[in-house]
Amino acid sequence: MIIFLFEGREIRAREDDSIAAALLAEGIFATRTTAVGDAPRGPFCMMGACFDCLAEVDGVGGVQTCLVRVRSGMRVSAQQGARALPPGDSGAA
Amino acid sequence: MSEIFDVAVIGGGMVGGAIAYGCASRGARCVLLDGADASLRAARGNFGLVWSQGKGKEMPAYAVWTRLSLEHWPAFAEAMGSAAGQPIGYRRVGGLDFCVGEQEFAERRNELNRLHNLDGGRGPPLRLLDRREAEELLPGTPLGPTITGASLAPDDGHVNPLLLLRGLHAGFRRAGGVHRPGVEVRGIEAGDGFAIDTGGETVRARKIVVAAGVGTRRLAAMIGLDVPVRPVRGQNMVTERLPPLLPLPASALRQTEEGVVQIGVTNEEGTWEPATTVEALARMAARAVTVLPPLGRARIVRAWGALRPMTPDGYPCYAQSATHPGAFVAVCHSGVTLSAVHANVLAPMILAGSLLGDVSEMHPSRFAGENVHAA
Repeated sequence: MIIFLFEGREIRAREDDSIAAALLAEGIFATRTTAVGDAPRGPFCMMGACFDCLAEVDGVGGVQTCLVRVRSGMRVSAQQGARALPPGDSGAA
Repeated sequence: MSEIFDVAVIGGGMVGGAIAYGCASRGARCVLLDGADASLRAARGNFGLVWSQGKGKEMPAYAVWTRLSLEHWPAFAEAMGSAAGQPIGYRRVGGLDFCVGEQEFAERRNELNRLHNLDGGRGPPLRLLDRREAEELLPGTPLGPTITGASLAPDDGHVNPLLLLRGLHAGFRRAGGVHRPGVEVRGIEAGDGFAIDTGGETVRARKIVVAAGVGTRRLAAMIGLDVPVRPVRGQNMVTERLPPLLPLPASALRQTEEGVVQIGVTNEEGTWEPATTVEALARMAARAVTVLPPLGRARIVRAWGALRPMTPDGYPCYAQSATHPGAFVAVCHSGVTLSAVHANVLAPMILAGSLLGDVSEMHPSRFAGENVHAA
């Protein structure tokens, strides 16, 4: 059993759950709002193709939550609109 | 079907769509015979530039034609937005071509001086910006350290090419045009007007326009015209939506209104496969990161390729067939930039039955005698 945070709320997940799967299992369907129009969006394809499941994970925005496994103590928050790129040179996100 | 249309346009992409819209909105009864979703179309692979920089260096008529289209664009964009039901995102903010390194900057300066001396003011008004001037023009844009400047064409800009295509088709239908997708033209017969064999039925029209992009050569031959067009593949990729980074479009790098950064471009010969390649995408990404280093951390959401039509000299071909009067061909590489003048100037010429002025200088007979091959 893994416990992580979404918007400060404790979420219980199984090991090997993706963040998206754990949120859906908890009844949370929106992980972000759109850059144009502020509409709520959440996981859809569950396979990394649709880019709708984006959220901020441990301070990094634009994370595809269907592709990332939950970890104990992880802090996930909803992404509001477009994320700002980290300044500086190219490299790992 | 027994109806005889005034104009049948073969090809429903940027060029065919603009000509069909221009004819229909002037009261001609038009049919647009279009390919299917999987047809080899350039008109989903557009970059979206409305561009004069670098155009027509060896053909002044084309430079003039391009500038005329830019003059038509603001009103045309309004009409397209009204037809599409939403603004098509035309932003006439100026267009940039960045210089990487000192040598490129020196070469660009020489090039601009040469153009200025040569063309007597008929070309686009280009200005060379050094690094400092580029930074002043683009406050908040994180330019890479090797960017030494850029040439700026102040009347250039960009548009959402998908919404432009929607506007052309919606405007065409609203004006009473008949759109027939999924059609393959098997033959064209001249008689009283033209009879187009589409397999299932014959479509009759008084005039026809072949505007079929990479499929032009085969169809133009049916109306007695030799138009050597070959496919050149272009690859595109787009990032996630980002906060504003780049307020002006550059060739091969622009940020859409929605925040997506679109990255091009390749010019690949000798293939009929509209696929993407890792090698090309990596090269495109490297260049984009050279211009805007923070892009290195942006996520690529989608990449796609498209086959775009290319004539032997890269300039458009417009002609009315001598053996089949009333049958026309129109093909070009810059379908987005020229869509305004295709709708507003070329279409009326077609309806009036004769191609005039700069348009008549872009006749495919200029290739006669050259050993040109289709791909």
